[in-house]
Amino acid sequence: MIPEIGHFALILALCLAVTLAVVPLWGAWRRNLGAMALAPSLAVGVLVFSVIAFACLATAFLQDDFSVRVVAANSNSLLPPIYKFSALWGNHEGSLLLWVTILAGWMAAVATFSQQLPTVVLARVLAVMGIIAVGFLSFSLLTSNPFERLLPSTPADGNDLNPLLQDPGLIIHPPLLYMGYVGFSVAFAFAIAALLGGRLDAAWARWSRPWTNVAWAFLSAGIMLGSWWAYYELGWGGWWFWDPVENASFMPWLAGTALLHSLAVTEKRGLFKSWTVLLAIFAFSLSLLGTFLVRSGVLTSVHAFATDPARGLFILVFLALVVGGSLGLYAMRAPTVTSRIGFAWLSRETLLLFNNLVFTVATLTVLFGTLFPLVMDAFELGKYSVGPPYFNAIFVPLMALLMPVMGIGPLSRWKQDSAARWRAELLLPGLAAVACGLLLPLFGQGYNLWVALAVTLAAWLVLGLARDLHNRIRSAPSIARGLRRLPASYWGMQLAHFGFAACVVGAVAVTQYSIEHDLKMAPGDSETLAGYRFEFLGLARVEGPNYLAQEARFAVTRNGRPVARLAAQKRRYLASGSVMTEAAIDDGLFRDLYVAMGEPVGSGGAWAIRLHYKPMVRWLWLGALFMAIGGLTTVADRRYRRHRAPARAPGGREAAHGTPA
Amino acid sequence: MHPVRKQRLIIVLCVVVFSSLAVGLAVYALRGNINLFYPPAEVAAGLAPQGTPIRVGGMVVAGSVERSDDSLAVRFAVTDYQATVPVVYEGILPDLFDEGQGAVAAGVLGPDGVLIASEVLAKHDENYMPPEVADALEKAGRSPQGQLL
Repeated sequence: MIPEIGHFALILALCLAVTLAVVPLWGAWRRNLGAMALAPSLAVGVLVFSVIAFACLATAFLQDDFSVRVVAANSNSLLPPIYKFSALWGNHEGSLLLWVTILAGWMAAVATFSQQLPTVVLARVLAVMGIIAVGFLSFSLLTSNPFERLLPSTPADGNDLNPLLQDPGLIIHPPLLYMGYVGFSVAFAFAIAALLGGRLDAAWARWSRPWTNVAWAFLSAGIMLGSWWAYYELGWGGWWFWDPVENASFMPWLAGTALLHSLAVTEKRGLFKSWTVLLAIFAFSLSLLGTFLVRSGVLTSVHAFATDPARGLFILVFLALVVGGSLGLYAMRAPTVTSRIGFAWLSRETLLLFNNLVFTVATLTVLFGTLFPLVMDAFELGKYSVGPPYFNAIFVPLMALLMPVMGIGPLSRWKQDSAARWRAELLLPGLAAVACGLLLPLFGQGYNLWVALAVTLAAWLVLGLARDLHNRIRSAPSIARGLRRLPASYWGMQLAHFGFAACVVGAVAVTQYSIEHDLKMAPGDSETLAGYRFEFLGLARVEGPNYLAQEARFAVTRNGRPVARLAAQKRRYLASGSVMTEAAIDDGLFRDLYVAMGEPVGSGGAWAIRLHYKPMVRWLWLGALFMAIGGLTTVADRRYRRHRAPARAPGGREAAHGTPA
Repeated sequence: MHPVRKQRLIIVLCVVVFSSLAVGLAVYALRGNINLFYPPAEVAAGLAPQGTPIRVGGMVVAGSVERSDDSLAVRFAVTDYQATVPVVYEGILPDLFDEGQGAVAAGVLGPDGVLIASEVLAKHDENYMPPEVADALEKAGRSPQGQLL
């Protein structure tokens, strides 16, 4: 009965979404206030019914209702309850329901927190999101109904969740990633609403900025979790593979990063308007493309659940409609919103333009590398694969170009700046950064030019940020008061830029200094790696809730002193019979020690063992976490809330806040 | 010329130059770093190049997996039931690698027709076959177990 309620709720959500997509738009066109005012309640209605549907499916999973097809295919009575719940989005149908629910959540959030928007703008924004909701709800209902029953041939037990997905990181990775993906629909909806209304001004940018920042923050956190999961769960210690599925989430992130910075220019200076709109369309289209790539089964990966061609076709058509429709609208309307404000070459505008150029080119090259094999395959020109060397060859120089400019960014002034001022401000940070680059790598394993370069650039960023912070609080009566006076969006920028620097150092250090030994080890053997001695103590049998495992136990010592005890596992899951490697990791801020089991080799209890020494790998994820926290912090900024008080005069107080990007 | 327009023109020129640089870099990077998939039948027919990175995939021949006693070196053969390609690899094989299952090996073909693999990929889960292998089998007109379709 519960699955039927869920199915019915999903149909009702679709009906409400159709109404939301049509009535407020009509109202905005005919200036019918009543029709426009319906939008917020309709948006909340879609959320209520999506949540009911979601709760029904969750109940089916938690109660082991194997008469529901997705439950039978993806869960098992032995599965721990938390994984039964997360199994909901460990499959195509359920993850789509999660997508729809999150979209409805964003719509309801816009309806709730944007009451100060003009009615007509709010109506248009919600209606555009309603159109997207119609697309995804009908996709769910027509091609991938999560509530389909297996009656009367109900299986006695389920097939089990893919063991790779039975992991704490994977419980929250998909929701976070979807929050980001779907969150860009808000920026997209604001952009389309602005095109429909023909009014693109600073107010529009101010409205969409906090939403974009939040979506970007969630996407950063989601990508970070995915990378972290791949590191400890796939059993070979990589943290980024340039796998098409990773690229699918990375492309919206890159475009979103460009959008954030472009929105800053549009809000502060009223420039780059058409470009910002185009980026908003681009970022959301890439989110849709990501969904298509990941969910249509054209790619080989754990994420590719669906292999039904009807589904791929549906998303492809939907993608074509959204991208084609919005670009068509853009072509008709964008020329009317051009700006006539100038800026000097040495100015923050130019630096942010450079940021946009770098991120756009990065997005396009990743897009090219990801789509190239698919296109070649579709036209039967051969089965190619584009590997990490391609992406690295492009990404490394692009980031190396970006970072020198990024160090100047926070210190620069809008409209007109001077080279003399930059020299005066940046001489000290520059010299200090070079010193850092020369000295700090000496603490690693041998001096390495790449690490030196990365440290120099990262130090340049961080010292530039510190210099800027110093400038801003210099005039305050006390440091504490000076720090408190800075707006939240400035702190967000500081955190995110700092996080980026940490990421770069982590990525380069772990790439350059990692040591990996794959070898045959029998109990009693030992191996030394970067000064750490790994001793294979012995094997043990371990019984988990739904698996049996062989456990290899290691003692790690350094100069005779004990460092860690590690127990890596090779698990065989009972329900599916599939085998999984569970790596053992001793983590630290400056190094990870990593042990994973391969397979038994020869006789005498010997195993193929993978030993890793990974310096500074945590910096990557900590850096991404800083970026995410930074993105969320900006939302607390007062200027995003102040227009709720209608009678306050704009301008005036703004100048006192300084002008963070 | 109006200064705003002049500035725009310069920006557009910069964008064009920068993008062409990026495209050049992309094409250069792509040339050395893409590798093409060959079914065993095409390798046997001599269609696959020697000395450049390629991928070869098929079903792992039952009984063909031989491990060395003192290292991680392993030898196996992949087949599409029309031809068989021997593969040597040193390292840890993926969890789902097994005889009678689909696998893809990436590496360089030696003059003796043996693929020296630097990477071996297997299925992602129990029911899943690498698409290249599925395709190669379909071309050969065989089921994964080797029966004629």
